[in-house]
Amino acid sequence: MKLLRMKPGHGEIVLAEGDVEIAEQERELIEAFRRELDAGMWAAVPTERTDGRREAELVKSFAEVPRDAERVIFFPRAAGGSPPAAR
Amino acid sequence: MLLGLASAAIVVTVLMCVLSGPQLIAALSRERARAARLLLARGREGRRELDYDPGRERRAELRAGALLRSCVNEEEWAMYRDLGFLRVWGDGSRYAYLIYPHKPILAYRPHSGTLLSEYCVAFPDHSRPYGSARLPDSDDVLAKWLALTADEHRVIADANMHLPGRQVDPERVRRDLLRLARWESEWVRAA
Repeated sequence: MKLLRMKPGHGEIVLAEGDVEIAEQERELIEAFRRELDAGMWAAVPTERTDGRREAELVKSFAEVPRDAERVIFFPRAAGGSPPAAR
Repeated sequence: MLLGLASAAIVVTVLMCVLSGPQLIAALSRERARAARLLLARGREGRRELDYDPGRERRAELRAGALLRSCVNEEEWAMYRDLGFLRVWGDGSRYAYLIYPHKPILAYRPHSGTLLSEYCVAFPDHSRPYGSARLPDSDDVLAKWLALTADEHRVIADANMHLPGRQVDPERVRRDLLRLARWESEWVRAA
């Protein structure tokens, strides 16, 4: 499993990578996961339905991440924005 | 005659230097102090701005595009690549959203093309790693896509809702909907 984070001026960065079945690596993944949530990030797991449609699932704890998920993507939480009108 | 003029010019120059010297020195001192304050205030950010890298945003956008492509399906990726926006279906198929990079999410009725609302939502990264809180375009689109497909109601509740036309020109959206319809016909034909 990979934990990725979107980053301005860079694109995504890999925060942590490991096998959830190996206790030491799972602990590192959990710590990295908590750090991002504490920093105010949202965490999403991209998924694919049986009909081929892609979607995502927002997770609030590592326990909610499916064990077979390949990656979790962290991104800044949504804020209502209203930048100057630009057409 | 020439000697006299040259002497007068030298005298005038020396007099001007003597008279304006203190002001010049004071102005230079003020400028040096201002530059020092600016650097001190900016701290690390100041150094980063000095390390200007003109290719950074382009590389960031390439990475972001690759991540977006890996998350959405083939049709959605082709739509974004060809048209510059994504369409996400709402609850059921009575309405849908258009996702543009760094613009409000637009809700519309696909069958009539009626524009419903603009939802202003942003994903600012306040850590500002390179001096800006703004995600690359494709990351912004992906963040909206992730949030909408995972929890549509939460995103819409967090957004500021406005009537169509506040930030995105309705005429542009209508043109984009026509482009989307043509694009989908071609996509279906090619499939």
